[in-house]
Amino acid sequence: MSSKGTFKKAYGVVGAGSFGTAVANIIAQRHPVIMYARKPEVVESIQRERLSYGNRVHENVEPTGDLAYLIERCDVIFPVIPSANFRDLMRKMAPHLHPYHTLIHGTKGLDIRLPEGMQEADYTELDRAHVRTMSEVIREETVVVRVGCMAGPNLAKEILDQQPAATVLASHFDEVIDEGKKALRSDRFQVFGSQDLIGIELCGVLKNIIAIASGGLSGMNLGDNARSLLISRGMMEMIRLGTALGGNTQAFIGLAGVGDLVATASSKYSRNFTVGYRLAKGETLDQIIESMEEVAEGVNTVRIAVKLAKRYRVRIPITEAIYQVLYGGLSVEEALSYLMRYPMTPDVDVL
Amino acid sequence: MNKEAEEPIEDADVKPLPPVDTKREYDPVLPGAKDWPVVRMSRHRKEFIEKVIDYTFDRVKELVGKSAESMVEELETTLHREMLRIKQNPWKVDPEDDYDFWKRVRNELTTMRYAPNMREQADRMMREIISRYVNEIAGNFNPSSYRVARKVVTFGLTRLLNAARLPGYTSIFKSEFSLQDKVNIVGEVDQLRSLAKKGTIVMVPTHFSNLDSVLVGWVMNVLGLPPFIYGAGLNLFNINIFAYFMNSLGAYKVDRRKKNTPYLEALKAYSSIALEYGCHSLFFPGGTRSRSGKIEKRLKMGLLGTAMEAQRMIYEKDESDQAKKIFIVPVVLNYHFVLEAPSLINEYLKMKGQERYYVENDEFSNSYKITTFLLKFFTKGSDISVSIGEAMDLFGNKIDQEGNSIDAHGRKINTREYFMKDGEIKTDKQRDMEYTRMLSEVIVREYHKHNRVFSSHLVAFTAFQMIKKRHRKLDLYNLLRLPEEDLVIDYQEFKTTFKGLRKVLYQLYQDGKVKLAPHMSWKSEEVIAHGLENVGMYHALRPLVRNEAGDIVIQDMNKLYYYHNRMLGYELERYL
Repeated sequence: MSSKGTFKKAYGVVGAGSFGTAVANIIAQRHPVIMYARKPEVVESIQRERLSYGNRVHENVEPTGDLAYLIERCDVIFPVIPSANFRDLMRKMAPHLHPYHTLIHGTKGLDIRLPEGMQEADYTELDRAHVRTMSEVIREETVVVRVGCMAGPNLAKEILDQQPAATVLASHFDEVIDEGKKALRSDRFQVFGSQDLIGIELCGVLKNIIAIASGGLSGMNLGDNARSLLISRGMMEMIRLGTALGGNTQAFIGLAGVGDLVATASSKYSRNFTVGYRLAKGETLDQIIESMEEVAEGVNTVRIAVKLAKRYRVRIPITEAIYQVLYGGLSVEEALSYLMRYPMTPDVDVL
Repeated sequence: MNKEAEEPIEDADVKPLPPVDTKREYDPVLPGAKDWPVVRMSRHRKEFIEKVIDYTFDRVKELVGKSAESMVEELETTLHREMLRIKQNPWKVDPEDDYDFWKRVRNELTTMRYAPNMREQADRMMREIISRYVNEIAGNFNPSSYRVARKVVTFGLTRLLNAARLPGYTSIFKSEFSLQDKVNIVGEVDQLRSLAKKGTIVMVPTHFSNLDSVLVGWVMNVLGLPPFIYGAGLNLFNINIFAYFMNSLGAYKVDRRKKNTPYLEALKAYSSIALEYGCHSLFFPGGTRSRSGKIEKRLKMGLLGTAMEAQRMIYEKDESDQAKKIFIVPVVLNYHFVLEAPSLINEYLKMKGQERYYVENDEFSNSYKITTFLLKFFTKGSDISVSIGEAMDLFGNKIDQEGNSIDAHGRKINTREYFMKDGEIKTDKQRDMEYTRMLSEVIVREYHKHNRVFSSHLVAFTAFQMIKKRHRKLDLYNLLRLPEEDLVIDYQEFKTTFKGLRKVLYQLYQDGKVKLAPHMSWKSEEVIAHGLENVGMYHALRPLVRNEAGDIVIQDMNKLYYYHNRMLGYELERYL
């Protein structure tokens, strides 16, 4: 149990990748931070040179390879790691966590939960019951109930360069939003609150798909008309699928939805954008994944989204076209011409 | 007709279901009545009531705000609503001085705004109103009349039952059948009994009929549990005989017409403080009977929230490991037949159309109606089941044998920590509300898991969904108004669909997502026949019958819809 007053509580950040480091650095401006890195050499490199994967780490950040220690010292913890490792991490953290802990994650992917012995490839359709957002993984694997997520146009590189930015912090608990604000707010970082946890998580998840498409447009040297077309149509797809999965439309028209979409779809710093860009330049998906340092969540999300859309009869032509490019051998040009011939319906049909 | 020859491998995947033990007897959990918390509470009734008044007053002040003005405004709102109630919806049970009291409140209020001591006057008046409410709500538990009432109920019902089941006039004195033959008690009985000694139980049953509270009261008695307190609708106290039983069973009164802040807060305070005293309680978390016949999907936060509040207060006052825990036990009641079904479903359909014009009535108020209901109920062969669900803590965690909360990986959880922040217990109303919402979601999930499907539920569901599928374009209201000639279903077609759905149900059963009554494993012909015989059996017009040609005929769509609704929430309609 946490003892009061023995020492000042630190904030925890789990994951030392570029976004984890960005989050740690924001908090570290005003509070002590303990950051967990899985690899001992990363912990060492932070200790010695204040560098994590080449990113500068604030001096208020104490690196550690010991999860139990971090959880003991911190009541508020930000897990910022790829979705593929998220459940495993929660299982490792679970024995040390208590109901008074707050977990605010920054992971923008989905987790698949299938019956024993089944695999994603066995399903042509996926049900909502097969899919978990990260907050749902936390609830499933740990005793923590005070769960939140942060999502918004938060390109790690810009934050690491100390440029101004903002995020949406979503939770069902006011105290989690308050805690998050207390930790993150600074002159350069603004925090908005939202009660729609699932909606905000889905914003972050689904926008990655459109980011891949946007990268494809850039790879083909197309202009801003095309990009705007993509962003606005992509937005509709996000809302249709997002509401079918339990989010509210409002979330998608806010900072975490359209805001993040615009940033990710026009920035070459986005990993998902890069995937699309390189595909358009003629590389294969395998080549791209092979050579990327960090995970582009969108690549998996596309597959899951297409299967969910089938189950809930949601119209998402752009997502389907990207799916065909990634997994069906369609070229980016073919996908584009398919979309341009697609019989479009009214401009806005989701409000 | 030779069924075996016709279908050699009929229902090969339908395995027999475990029978129900109806002969088991249970010792009382706590031998002496003086140990019952409810007895302790009624011994200190005066103190208890004072405590509830103080607590309510503080809560109202907190809600209303600090200024004297806002207190006066709250008084005016309350007065206005009470005057409307007296004028528009008076009931027989209302106290004689009802009008005089509120008239006096009105007179005093007119001068209050100009009085130099407005603050004190307003506070005093609010206290007086709250005190009036709390005294009206408070039950008067009396252990000896409790025992008498219990005996009368059990004896009376058993006699009736035997008279009905065995031939001959003298059968009224025989005891061949116990009530347990008629009312199957299944589920986590042992856990419930053991936890009743370790902590405070909040039982949360589904609510379909006015019979539910009597039924649950009897079940708890059979299981040897000490009395539970519960809020009973004020209209039930209209009837003297009911009032006698209710009073002696630890019931407190809930007046659904009063929706003003001080009254609602008084009700919640009563429940919170009784729980803090350790009184086992019974909540119908759906609030009122399910009008639609659906299993409750959305629960009322108010009453459930009182359990959260009580648990936090217990932890605040008792810092030791011995602090009493509150356990939630979901209970699902299943009937083939609900007497009130016709009026409930009509109200539901009306409410859906024009919710705002709905007025609480006391339709169950007449003794004759109740007596005929009970007579029908206990003399005819319609069976009932009471499934006791697994206990959980207020956060939906499972409970082990010692009463510890256990997480998904089998580790112990210290539930005190849910209320803690920075190393100490902190009150956070929004957090409590969110916990309550989470709890209600778990309860709803448990309801579906412990729902025990009867043949009658599935025949109703099958028939309604088949008609619905045939008329895919119609909305509910037009569907319910289909002409007679559209309400016939070919028997073979019906049977095929029924079998398909039962197969899906069996899969759900094996996955632990629903329960099945033992008769669901019979041959499909037999299950259908049993279902048709039982679905809404005592309504003047039975919803489903077979005609001379052997086909299924729907005689009453509204009632069929009602009984069909019971099976919603499993996505069975996808398999049609």
